[in-house]
Amino acid sequence: MALRRVGRATISSVERLGFAARFSLAVVVHAPAALRRLRLTLREIYFSGVLSLVIILVSGLFVGMVLALQGYDVLTRYGANESLGVLVALSLVRELGPVVAGLLFASRAGSAITAEIGLMKTTEQLSAMEMMAVDPLARVVAPRFFGGIVSMPLLAALFSTMGIFGAYLVGVRLIGIDAGSFWGNMQAAVDFRYDIVNGIIKSVVFGIAVSLIAVFEGYHARPTAEGVSTATTRTVVASSLSILALDFVLTVFMFRGLGV
Amino acid sequence: MNRSTLDLWVGIFVTIGVAAILFLSLKVGNLLTVSNDQGYRLEAEFDNIGGLKLRAPVKAAGVVVGRVEGIKLDPKTYEAVVTLKIDRGYEFSKDTIASILTSGLLGEVYIGLDSGGDTKMLADGDRITKTQSAIVLEKLIGQFLFDKAAGGGDAPAASGGAAPAAAATGGTR
Repeated sequence: MALRRVGRATISSVERLGFAARFSLAVVVHAPAALRRLRLTLREIYFSGVLSLVIILVSGLFVGMVLALQGYDVLTRYGANESLGVLVALSLVRELGPVVAGLLFASRAGSAITAEIGLMKTTEQLSAMEMMAVDPLARVVAPRFFGGIVSMPLLAALFSTMGIFGAYLVGVRLIGIDAGSFWGNMQAAVDFRYDIVNGIIKSVVFGIAVSLIAVFEGYHARPTAEGVSTATTRTVVASSLSILALDFVLTVFMFRGLGV
Repeated sequence: MNRSTLDLWVGIFVTIGVAAILFLSLKVGNLLTVSNDQGYRLEAEFDNIGGLKLRAPVKAAGVVVGRVEGIKLDPKTYEAVVTLKIDRGYEFSKDTIASILTSGLLGEVYIGLDSGGDTKMLADGDRITKTQSAIVLEKLIGQFLFDKAAGGGDAPAASGGAAPAAAATGGTR
């Protein structure tokens, strides 16, 4: 009996994986459709990007301010106060910007996408579209997927910028580190190719992962009220975990051999 | 939501997002002043590079003129071969001395170039022959203790012996 249950769980999860792979392929194939339906894509950029602005900007500011306070506390023990700009900029641009913005994006926009598509499925709007010979993948899924990919790198860059601004406020204005050494050391240590481009690549990858998981969970949700709520939870959990795991893998490939 | 309002908001979002990327590239990453692909390469052999890392700055008279691009060990001579990428516009004479230095006690390790009087200049792919290795603190302390033991605990003689020891450890080749 127990064996049968294990077998059924295994088969259903493998089946789910297969469906996920087939679905991902279909979404990627249909992604150019988002460009033909630019109006819909703009609308999705508004929902996932513009409406996430407040949470991203405010959390970026606070993360930068906390980094500056904590970093100053440690650095001042070694007499290296002037390196505060380096510490803040590198940790934000390389890691915290893409990762924290990705986590916030998953919980703010990813969950909304899943709930919307799940509810569309529950109320049989997706089936109705198919009846009218409108492909739901092109009409509903592709614009949301594309909107997420466009929004995520911009949000991550805004997060890092606000963080550096917050660190400037705390470090230079509040604590009184010299502004010249704050910016100068930062500019000497941050490399465009290694740090900034890699940070942007990370945020694009996270944007693809979160958007794909969000549309998949919504499309695959059981068409009940409970099913939609489960799918929303799964989106947040799965995308947070995959952001952290992907971040580790990307960091290993990007920053090896640099002695960091 | 009205169409034009939506367009306006998306436009604002994309504009400030791109502005943030530009800010990170120009103000934080300092893209304008650092020209990455312009320049030429020099090689230098050291007995010991200490804590030198990739992308460490190369300075002449305190001005950053390039970066360390590669570090490898010569399998025949067991010496470290460091590849330096020097920005275009800076030229150094054939008898330039390259030394591995540390800014402050705990600061970053960098390569200092002291240009000589030779009228011929180093070109792409040339090797700097006069180098000064990194000063390894442990060796210096060991030398100091050895000298102190040999000097029979004579304090002024021991401290006088430390300076030649430093010169011997990081001697010009």
